[in-house]
Amino acid sequence: MEDLDSLRTIGSAIDGRVPDDHPADAWEDRKLSYRLVNPANRRKFTIIVVGTGLAGAGAAAALGELGYTVEVFSFHDVPRRAHSVAAQGGINSPRARAVDNDSVDRFVKDTIKGGDFRGREADAYRLGQEGIRVIDHMQAIGAPFAREYGGELATRSFGGVQVSRTYYTRGQTGQQLQIAAAHALSRQVAAGNCRLHSRQEMLDLIVADGRAQGVVVRDMVSGKVRAMTAHAVILATGGYGNIFYKSTLARMSNATAIWRAHRRGAYFANPCFVQIHPTALPLMSQWQSKKILMSESLRNDGRIWAPARAGDDRAPADIPEAERDYFLERRYPAFGNLVPRDVASRNIRERIEAGYGVGPLRNAVYLDFADSIARLGRAVIRERYSNLFDMYQDQSGEDPFEVPMRIAPSVHFSMGGLWSDFNQMTSVPGLFVGGECGWGYHGANRLGANSLLSGCVDGWFTLPYSVPSYLAPLLGTPLLPLSDPAVTTAVHDVESRLSAMLSAGGTRPPDSFAAELGEILDKHASVTRNPEGLRLAIAQIRALREEFWTGVKVVGSGDRLNQELELAGRVADYLELGELLCIDALDREESAGAHLRTDHATSDGEAMRDDERWTMASAWEAAPSSGVGAGKPIRHFEPLTFVAVPLEQRNYK
Amino acid sequence: MRLILEVWRQESPTAEGRFTVHEITDAREEMSILELLDRLNHQLVDNGEEPVAFESDCREGICGTCGVDVNGVPHGPRDNAPACFQHIRALRDGATVRIEPLRALGFPVIRDLIVDRTGLDRIIQAGGTVAVDAGTAPDADALLVTHADAESALDFAACIGCGACVSACPNGSAHLFTGAKLAHLALVPHGKKERGRRARAMVAQMEHEFGPCSQIRECVLACPASIPITAIAAVNKERLRAAFWTRDN
Repeated sequence: MEDLDSLRTIGSAIDGRVPDDHPADAWEDRKLSYRLVNPANRRKFTIIVVGTGLAGAGAAAALGELGYTVEVFSFHDVPRRAHSVAAQGGINSPRARAVDNDSVDRFVKDTIKGGDFRGREADAYRLGQEGIRVIDHMQAIGAPFAREYGGELATRSFGGVQVSRTYYTRGQTGQQLQIAAAHALSRQVAAGNCRLHSRQEMLDLIVADGRAQGVVVRDMVSGKVRAMTAHAVILATGGYGNIFYKSTLARMSNATAIWRAHRRGAYFANPCFVQIHPTALPLMSQWQSKKILMSESLRNDGRIWAPARAGDDRAPADIPEAERDYFLERRYPAFGNLVPRDVASRNIRERIEAGYGVGPLRNAVYLDFADSIARLGRAVIRERYSNLFDMYQDQSGEDPFEVPMRIAPSVHFSMGGLWSDFNQMTSVPGLFVGGECGWGYHGANRLGANSLLSGCVDGWFTLPYSVPSYLAPLLGTPLLPLSDPAVTTAVHDVESRLSAMLSAGGTRPPDSFAAELGEILDKHASVTRNPEGLRLAIAQIRALREEFWTGVKVVGSGDRLNQELELAGRVADYLELGELLCIDALDREESAGAHLRTDHATSDGEAMRDDERWTMASAWEAAPSSGVGAGKPIRHFEPLTFVAVPLEQRNYK
Repeated sequence: MRLILEVWRQESPTAEGRFTVHEITDAREEMSILELLDRLNHQLVDNGEEPVAFESDCREGICGTCGVDVNGVPHGPRDNAPACFQHIRALRDGATVRIEPLRALGFPVIRDLIVDRTGLDRIIQAGGTVAVDAGTAPDADALLVTHADAESALDFAACIGCGACVSACPNGSAHLFTGAKLAHLALVPHGKKERGRRARAMVAQMEHEFGPCSQIRECVLACPASIPITAIAAVNKERLRAAFWTRDN
């Protein structure tokens, strides 16, 4: 592929540092091999944690409890606000108390198959094994999980698996876990083990002597840029779905921390793996600020359809049964409306793009409960979905009992993220990741209710083992002084970027660049992709990025609270990450998990993996700025092996 | 829809604040209060003016980041809904809407519509936590919690920490917030073990930074998480209980 070579350089195989045992034994063995730090010495080590979501708050609290000196940074006012708070459905844990034949092995099988064999098997085992006591711990620190009448924990079946392993607290599981974790962090703040730096945004990573040794942050109130150094840095800064402009993510969620770390040497794994959720509220006007997720449980009782004739703009009630196309039921008779997320998203997109979309912007399809209401009665449907129906009615002004819901796919979760080894350490020694900003568990698609689990397991039960092992040999090493050239250079780089944006003197606000980038990615790098489109997207993104640095208009100044400046910095990084996302999508010549490459499909249009070539994770190194391969990112690769769950192709027909 | 916005602008915590008046001619019924502010900010930025600083994040009612006073009511005209779920359709075409920061002595203004609500977090730090270290908890299935207790704990735990209750209260009281946490943790197995010391510490910190409760109950209407009024009773119940029962639990 000649033109691919003009975009990227192929690097070498990298080692995930997974123990050689059966993946089920890997974590136990690894824990035993980890070095320990004497309790009396722990306070001599300073660890920076960026982000206070489930992974960040958990890691900070657990390391504080152990006695380390922890410096915690958050761009929120208080730790509880982190976006983990918004997860609705639940948290998986293979506690296997019921007799529905669940087990850790079955959990791993579901997670690996759900990820379409592009995740790391040993990581999935750790997720399941440590996931068992996550529930015990989160319950103990205050999360009031739903209980049966006998007093035991209640579970439900979620995300297409056939066992009941999802623990929940109404529709607000993320909120309850997040608040419990934030409060555990607060306890360590009060105890003096953790120091909280709120309203501080990380804008760069400090790497010296080949180790991550600090961060550069901007105080979002005073505008002051400063550095803090440490013996290790943990990033728990969430996913990058907002690169698509309007997604189900919170407004502040962004990629800057991980992207800046990438530019300082951390490899980026599988940036093209982004999950597109099939059932979100569609955009109804330009001013709608986001897409709100509607739980996929709705597909249990709702039938998805579009008009059989393109451009049919009659009200849904006026379209007779014979002129409706229940396209999922038609194309997938066995699974119907319950096909996996990616298959549903792809087919809905296909209908909308082919001109069959409904609603004022023709960007949705119907999710119709009429049959279920007729069969089960309104009371049953209300009991099952009242909060979702209320939310829909609140947002749209329409009652789903009377008019079918309009739904559309939306970017939701990023499976890609900074590459890390089995110890959650990135390619930069001393830089660790936790939660959605990492990559390992979910492969090319994430199973429902596994994201809260991965945040908790990384934060509470992985990093507190692996980070001390990294620190142990550094005993006696002083903190990098703030006068070190690595520190002053990083601070200077941040200040130059900020002033370049403030003084660009252009005419377009940062939001308009974000919108245009989102449009490019949505068109060419969403559920369905093709090489021509991706090449076009890369060219368009490059042009847009060039325009940004002269054309952006950032009003206000840098020495005070300035939300336009904050946004501009995030958009600048999206314009770089967006290109890498497209290069990765173009480079990966197969259809895996969340995405279909039209040139890698079966004769009937279904996704086709290429296990021969692509049973591996791509781990991108930032492009060298000069010399051989200048300007081209380097794609290293970690080969993946599957021992417990043999490779197989999915089939939902 | 056409709307006249009177918006509070304040450069810094110490600067004088003032209302500025703006006209929005293309407001749409389905817009939320926050999207109306987005619209205004686009207009301001297009004219080279600094946008109004305001906070929001999830925009689906769960993070508690947003919070403004709309015509003197925290979050907006509808009871028990956060600003992101307050829609313009509740307003009249041509109406004047006054948007200002959540007003409370305990919430100093940082800039424009952004206030400092960390006082609530200091109440949590004082004792709204559970002293269990990672990995030490016993089997959660072995600790039975009745369905009713779990559901009741969730009613109180639903608090999103937005501070609307404090702003709605003429006294600037944080009783609903504090009581919700006290009641929630008094109902869960580990939380119960520190019930007494928690009540003493949290109430002391609450009274240090926030006003007293006069049972006016404005907070209950403003609360987007519909925290029940019994949370306020819980403050006094837990405080009294701790005074007579002098132990930690």
